[in-house]
Amino acid sequence: MAVMNMIQALNDALRLEMRRDPRVIVMGEDVGRLGGVFRVTVGLLDEFGPDRVIDTPLAEAGIIGTAIGMALYGLRPVAEIQFADFIYPAFDQIVNELAKYRYRSGGQYSCPLVIRTPSGGGIRGGHYHSQSPEAYFVHTAGLKVVIPSNPYDAKGLLLAAIRDEDPVIFFEPKRIYRAATGEVPEGDYTVPIGKARVEVEGKDVTLISYGAMMVECREAVQKAREKWGISVELIDLRTLLPLDVDTVIQSVQKTGRVVIVHEAPRTCGFAAELIALINEKAFLYLEAPPVRVTGFDTPFPYTLEHDYLPDTGRILKAIYETVHY
Amino acid sequence: MDDAIFISPEVQEAAEVPLTVLREDGRSDPDLDPDLPKEFLLRMYRTMVLNRELDDRLFKLQRQGRIGFYLTCTGEEAAVIGSVAALNDEDWLFPSYRETGLPLWRGVPVRKFVAQQYGNAEDNVKGRQMPVHTSFREARIMSISSPVGTQIPQAVGFAWAAKIVGDPIVVLVYFGDGATSEGDFHTACNFAGVFKVPVVLFCRNNQYAISVPLKRQTAARSIAVKAVAYGFEGVRVDGNDVLAVYVATKRAVEKARSGGGPTLIEALTYRIGAHSTSDDPRRYRSEEEVQQWYAKDPIERFRRYLEWRGYWSELQQESLLEEVRDLINRTIEEVEKVPPPPVESLFDDVYARMPRHLQEQKEAYLAYLKEADRWRS
Repeated sequence: MAVMNMIQALNDALRLEMRRDPRVIVMGEDVGRLGGVFRVTVGLLDEFGPDRVIDTPLAEAGIIGTAIGMALYGLRPVAEIQFADFIYPAFDQIVNELAKYRYRSGGQYSCPLVIRTPSGGGIRGGHYHSQSPEAYFVHTAGLKVVIPSNPYDAKGLLLAAIRDEDPVIFFEPKRIYRAATGEVPEGDYTVPIGKARVEVEGKDVTLISYGAMMVECREAVQKAREKWGISVELIDLRTLLPLDVDTVIQSVQKTGRVVIVHEAPRTCGFAAELIALINEKAFLYLEAPPVRVTGFDTPFPYTLEHDYLPDTGRILKAIYETVHY
Repeated sequence: MDDAIFISPEVQEAAEVPLTVLREDGRSDPDLDPDLPKEFLLRMYRTMVLNRELDDRLFKLQRQGRIGFYLTCTGEEAAVIGSVAALNDEDWLFPSYRETGLPLWRGVPVRKFVAQQYGNAEDNVKGRQMPVHTSFREARIMSISSPVGTQIPQAVGFAWAAKIVGDPIVVLVYFGDGATSEGDFHTACNFAGVFKVPVVLFCRNNQYAISVPLKRQTAARSIAVKAVAYGFEGVRVDGNDVLAVYVATKRAVEKARSGGGPTLIEALTYRIGAHSTSDDPRRYRSEEEVQQWYAKDPIERFRRYLEWRGYWSELQQESLLEEVRDLINRTIEEVEKVPPPPVESLFDDVYARMPRHLQEQKEAYLAYLKEADRWRS
């Protein structure tokens, strides 16, 4: 197996699937000659030509609107929005059109479209290059929302997303695009959408996260063990919608305590939904109130971004306090 | 500086005079008349009449509280039928919401259309959308969205995909003058022009977006002229002249099919009725203005042409009206007996396969319904 970073793994997934399925089209601003501003699509234009790797005009609503038409026709477009922060001009096309096509047409039409977009902070990008808007899309019936945390999952989930019959919003945590490396099979495999992964087994407290925050969570798991002998079970959700409720609930039933970490703002963030589900399904197993460690309810800042982002210390504090509640 | 050319609004003047084939007296311009076969012309006429009668009846049904909402096409039938008639059956249609004539022209049974107005078990969109928000895949008619103009980039993408795979279809997308103010219109035109997409962008300029007149949508002297900024042709056509609409659309379709790219057609017409059954047009326009356009009724105008050609008579007119009204009455009577869609269907088609959380919501709701009387009473 080759060692890859996330960019290489995503590039590998796109190349494999474009070779396998002639319906797959990659489109977006700068995805062609430049290979994307993060180089995820590098080399694809040379191999597949300008009809399948399309540099579009700079217009997010146009990219998604036309990609919807392509998907309706029967192609498998993978549309790139350069930063998740730029997705809002296309919001109407995503939540009103893409998400609802199958339902509103009584099942006559479907839009198997993947929207890839780098999200999250920690790259000195200020608030227009750092947001985590996943909750908006999780709130929308008809979409699937995926956020990988490592190269193996990134490749397997992207292949699964392109083959999915439903639209998938695929958030790529850009802070770990190059930092996260690992062994990635060179051939074809998929990671199922809607299935979480227990990354570390533990018995005292369940720690739930996804995307780039898994880095700080892993560190917290190790330090909690070293400092206080606390055994943390760490879950990487991988897909937020549809959510793998079973894995979450089974873990909470085992540990009785839960800490949820995401860098998106707190109010109506994904942690809020998770806590509601845990309350509904495992309330009597809880030994302490579930705790959220999240970004603040402010716009994403530039200079103080590392204060905004949950760090290992905030996570450790939450773990300690919930265990000693 | 001396060589610089300042583009003034006056250059738009050229696009102001609409293409016209039918004269007021019923004759046609011999140079432009497409000389269509009699049967084809009569089919166009019948569809326009059916559209008008169906609109009248469904509008009244809404007033009687028997359906929830309706949008008529009254006064704009020529724009819809003249354009769709210029396409092949293999070509695809992306309607807005005032193109009832499309499914009628493409042979969708009236019963199926009426069932959608009731949102009942025969409605192929399963009662999920308001009346007039149809979709008929078998007739290559796309699903209708309420937000204005969203279908335009989708139509461009669809046509673009066909071009990429070498499928010689053309896509025709409809929208009103209000939609030309939306970003989606401009981004769609831009993509269509850059990638030379086989799409016909068809604007029914009916003068109003609900209550807001054309002069508040654009300072341009026509909508057709906007095409120039995107690098393709635009044409203004008399939208109450079914043959003019046909001629312009046919040319645009042939150009698109042969790789010539998009065309913007502006059909100059008038919305005789209200925007919808929730609108009161007397609040924002004069009766004189409406009466002026009544006199330009596209159906009457086409009928005079058919009579001049010797294809139509008063007797045929009476019998057509009787046939169409009978069909509509019978259909409504039948459709009103159809029950609503089964409640379980509420949860279908959100995803290709129902995910766990929806399955749970469905089961919980069905269980609740079994004992709902206990809680509702």
